[in-house]
Amino acid sequence: MASKYSNMTVKGYRRENGRVGVRNHVVILPVDDISNAACEAVANNVKGTLAIPHAYGRLQFGEDLELHFRTMIGTGSNPNVAAVVVIGIEPGWTKRIADGIRKTGKQVAEFSIEQKGDFETIRAASWAAKEFVHWATELQREECSISELWVSTKCGESDTTTGLGSCPTVGNMYDKLLPEGITGFFGETSEITGAEHICQKRAINEEVGERWYKMWKAYQDDVIFAHQTDDLSDSQPTKGNIEGGLTTIEEKALGNLEKIGRTSQFIDILEPAEAPGAGNGLYFMDSSSAAAECVTLMAAGGAVIHTFPTGQGNVVGNPIVPVIKITANPRTVRTMAEHVDVDVSGILRREMTIDEAGDALIEMICRTANGRNTAAEALGHREFSMTKLYRSA
Amino acid sequence: MTEIPHLLVHEHDDNVGVVVVEGLTAGTDMLCCVTHDNSTFRLTAGADVPIGHKIALKDLKEGDTAIKYGEDIGKVIADIPKGAHVHTHNCKTKRW
Repeated sequence: MASKYSNMTVKGYRRENGRVGVRNHVVILPVDDISNAACEAVANNVKGTLAIPHAYGRLQFGEDLELHFRTMIGTGSNPNVAAVVVIGIEPGWTKRIADGIRKTGKQVAEFSIEQKGDFETIRAASWAAKEFVHWATELQREECSISELWVSTKCGESDTTTGLGSCPTVGNMYDKLLPEGITGFFGETSEITGAEHICQKRAINEEVGERWYKMWKAYQDDVIFAHQTDDLSDSQPTKGNIEGGLTTIEEKALGNLEKIGRTSQFIDILEPAEAPGAGNGLYFMDSSSAAAECVTLMAAGGAVIHTFPTGQGNVVGNPIVPVIKITANPRTVRTMAEHVDVDVSGILRREMTIDEAGDALIEMICRTANGRNTAAEALGHREFSMTKLYRSA
Repeated sequence: MTEIPHLLVHEHDDNVGVVVVEGLTAGTDMLCCVTHDNSTFRLTAGADVPIGHKIALKDLKEGDTAIKYGEDIGKVIADIPKGAHVHTHNCKTKRW
């Protein structure tokens, strides 16, 4: 059924694989921690490129290594990225990541440092990066349906106002745009604890719900209870949550789940950094509840815009995905105005309905997709934090 | 609503509400609003309670369950009189 959202369009970048991006980055991607310096040197040489340094990539193995590859390949494959220069210490894993990104059809150049050194690598990679910048800066935005956007969500520095205002705002947006065919991501496995019985019921069918519950239970058993040394009340809710008035993990989880609205159901479960494979709809990604890690994983899964409700004022951003901050807390609006993209504090004053707030967020999603820089982008927040499952060899 | 509410309550079954104004002082005759249907009632604040923190809507006894969103959010671990501040000093998760 057509709604007032059906004909909405945004101006995005149509990539080789048909996906729509809203940014046009030329990324210089290190395979491993010791290639960060070369990547940063290339980004310094060639303006208009973006190095994404990180802490891992050596001596990882098993499922943890798979997650590393998935995160690297997913980041390079994201439609907000026009082209990628991959630099690693040795050619094997460098090629694996470069080839993974090439499957999208986008341009990738790969370089490895051993037997050459940083100078020679930086020289060659800088030439490739410069060509990519010339090419990417001539790409034009084109009109795309709003339904082609992949929009993720995760909240942070939550308080009681997130459950009253900013999370229901995101939920209202999903209730309106998922039926139009967008793809959505939510997650934060640990923060569903306390509302897992409600989350399970929001699966599209019993089979997906049971798989979801098994995933959540495995997290409880393998991570929480295996590593628990004391009462977890000190970590969940966090100190910031408690300062903001949240008392228990149940209260926090119930507010968190407001992000999937009243009617939205999730159609499948994703591994961390996994790209959706079951078509349009809402996906639950098994993910950390730490802001930068979660946004990084969802960006690697292919989200091009992130909606981030906050209460006490989380300032997170991401290098390749614009993060839209939404808050209903009037104190945060007053004290941290430079971080706020969508002020929904009118909900608390009963001057704004959730429906109006949802529309305000949809408008901001369109403006952001069309090119408006978010607060996090303007302030240079480029947190790229990889999730690690266990110690390296 | 011409007057701005001091306290918001999610559901009618809830026994706690959230302070949504800064600088709330003890003795304030609060306008309280149930967001489910925008119905209102009044309650006197029993303490200075910061924005975002909770207030008991009725007398709660040790062992009672705190209800918010119409759901169990934890157990009451010390008696809480109506109008008083509800937080980690008198309410705790049942999980750990």
